[in-house]
Amino acid sequence: MDKQTRLRANLPDRFFDIFVYTVILLATICTLYPFLNVLAISLNDSTDTVKGGITIFPRHLTFENYSLIFSFPGLLTGLKISILRTLVGTLLGLISASMLAYALSRRDFQGRKFISTYLALTMYISGGLIPFYLLMRDLHLLGTFAVYVLPGIVSAFNVFIVRSFIDGLPFEMQESAMIDGANDFTIYWRIILPLTKPALATIALFLAVGQWNSWFDTYLYNGSSEHLTTLQFELMKVLQSTQLGSGGDPNAQTMSQVMNRISPDSVKMAITIVVTVPILLVYPFVQRYFVRGMTLGAVKS
Amino acid sequence: MQHDRSVKKRGFWHVLLRQKYLYFLSVPFVIWAFIFSYLPIWGWTMAFQKFRVGRSFFEQQWVGLDNFRLLFQDDQFYNALKNTMAMSVMGLIAGFVFPIFFAIILNEVRVSVFKRFVQTVSYLPHFVSWVVVAGIVTKMLATDGVVNDLLVGWHIIDERIQFMANENLFWYVVTSSDVWKETGWNAIIYLAAITGVGADLYEAARVDGASRIRQIWHITLPGIRSTIIILLIMSIGNLLSIGFEKQFLLGNSLVREKSEVLDLYALNYGLGMGRYSFGTAINIFNSVISLILLFVSNGIFKKLTKESIM
Repeated sequence: MDKQTRLRANLPDRFFDIFVYTVILLATICTLYPFLNVLAISLNDSTDTVKGGITIFPRHLTFENYSLIFSFPGLLTGLKISILRTLVGTLLGLISASMLAYALSRRDFQGRKFISTYLALTMYISGGLIPFYLLMRDLHLLGTFAVYVLPGIVSAFNVFIVRSFIDGLPFEMQESAMIDGANDFTIYWRIILPLTKPALATIALFLAVGQWNSWFDTYLYNGSSEHLTTLQFELMKVLQSTQLGSGGDPNAQTMSQVMNRISPDSVKMAITIVVTVPILLVYPFVQRYFVRGMTLGAVKS
Repeated sequence: MQHDRSVKKRGFWHVLLRQKYLYFLSVPFVIWAFIFSYLPIWGWTMAFQKFRVGRSFFEQQWVGLDNFRLLFQDDQFYNALKNTMAMSVMGLIAGFVFPIFFAIILNEVRVSVFKRFVQTVSYLPHFVSWVVVAGIVTKMLATDGVVNDLLVGWHIIDERIQFMANENLFWYVVTSSDVWKETGWNAIIYLAAITGVGADLYEAARVDGASRIRQIWHITLPGIRSTIIILLIMSIGNLLSIGFEKQFLLGNSLVREKSEVLDLYALNYGLGMGRYSFGTAINIFNSVISLILLFVSNGIFKKLTKESIM
């Protein structure tokens, strides 16, 4: 290639670079700005916020909004239940996914084909909202904590992610353990569990995010059980009750009533931050695992 | 393999006994999946009954296809179907165009620290609940929100737009919220696919004097073609199961005409009014259409491109 062609080829590339970095920068700002804005408003004096114009720095820095929202009983109960369901739900989901995945990864397991198909089908067909609701009612799960964690224990998608990961491990390790007299459970416990940590970290994140973020099951099954409320549900009530024309939840409880009276954005945004921050603290640590997990899951399943 | 041969030689029960730990590890969850995934399908029988609470299965009155007839005569149903289809198709198109575009553009960023930072930031909204996203979107799109501020500030519009109260904008609000929330996350898979494209191809193109745009067009895009097609088939299968979270949380009484989707319709009519049989008929309609779409799209793509998931 002579010098002139290279130069001619380089000029469009230069423009292309400018285009690339502009797009990326814009996308990053669009993603970050709303979060920074919410944070700034939550840290701003609530009467001052009404005047508007807060961007990414608080004008009158204060932590009062946070101390105020933590005096709402609903928020503390919600925090407690949300943490509890996240811990329990994640743990149970991990146990089921890793056990099933190990059994299904064994090519000599005679139930393998049936169980794989049986699980895969659950990803495509579901009974729908109403049969599911009636099932929960018939199992007497309405108004219980169990309704948060029991239905989601087995997830075919998670099982397949872990199984693909185990498939990538050398089988010789299991074979030599068998020769040493280890039974299948020992192999699962002593060899597979420690080796699948990256995959388990990925699905732990998925499970935890799912548990932490869900609000609809609270709305549907436990809407009137104040002691089983969740953070997302409390935030949902607060946001909906002040939304234009929605009228909100008819059984709006204390917190949203108080909120309706004061209705400052700053307090709402403080709750939003409390609901958001815990999950955002976790994901950067697991990031390098889930990128691989996602790719494995999508390619193999 | 040694194992396979021994399985075939000995009887089923013998192997079961030998593999008892594998059965212990899996059977409890098989039963579990039966209860929570398969039992609700049994509930479909309700759609063919005049279901009354408190009666057992055998005491229900069977009505054949009456509930479906009722459903297909309901104007609200067609409205919900139209809304569902519209938002699904918009979401489907946006859900492919933006992540692919973002992945390709991000792949062109050479400064790896910056690239990693942008990627981490782009996942952020995915981890936040729809409740939070709805709150943020409502805030940003408010009449005194940043979007209106910018549009007025740049003299693109003179009068502030009431995004959340205008039913004609609802579909776009939902779709753009979805784009904001999921673009970075959905780009992961395309980025991974792009990484898998051979570096020698780019090398060869560079030697031939191809510009970076031409490299994208002739190497990157064909390189991730099969990934795109597989994801497309799976998405088409889920076309009608877009759920109702966004519509529920972003909607309000002013935009109800445009926000009611099939699942919301089933929720309001089925559970809200206690018309369980009618609501279940809606659920069934939804599932059946989804399965048909899955098979049809899979079949078409199999013919056209020799790529398929089944």
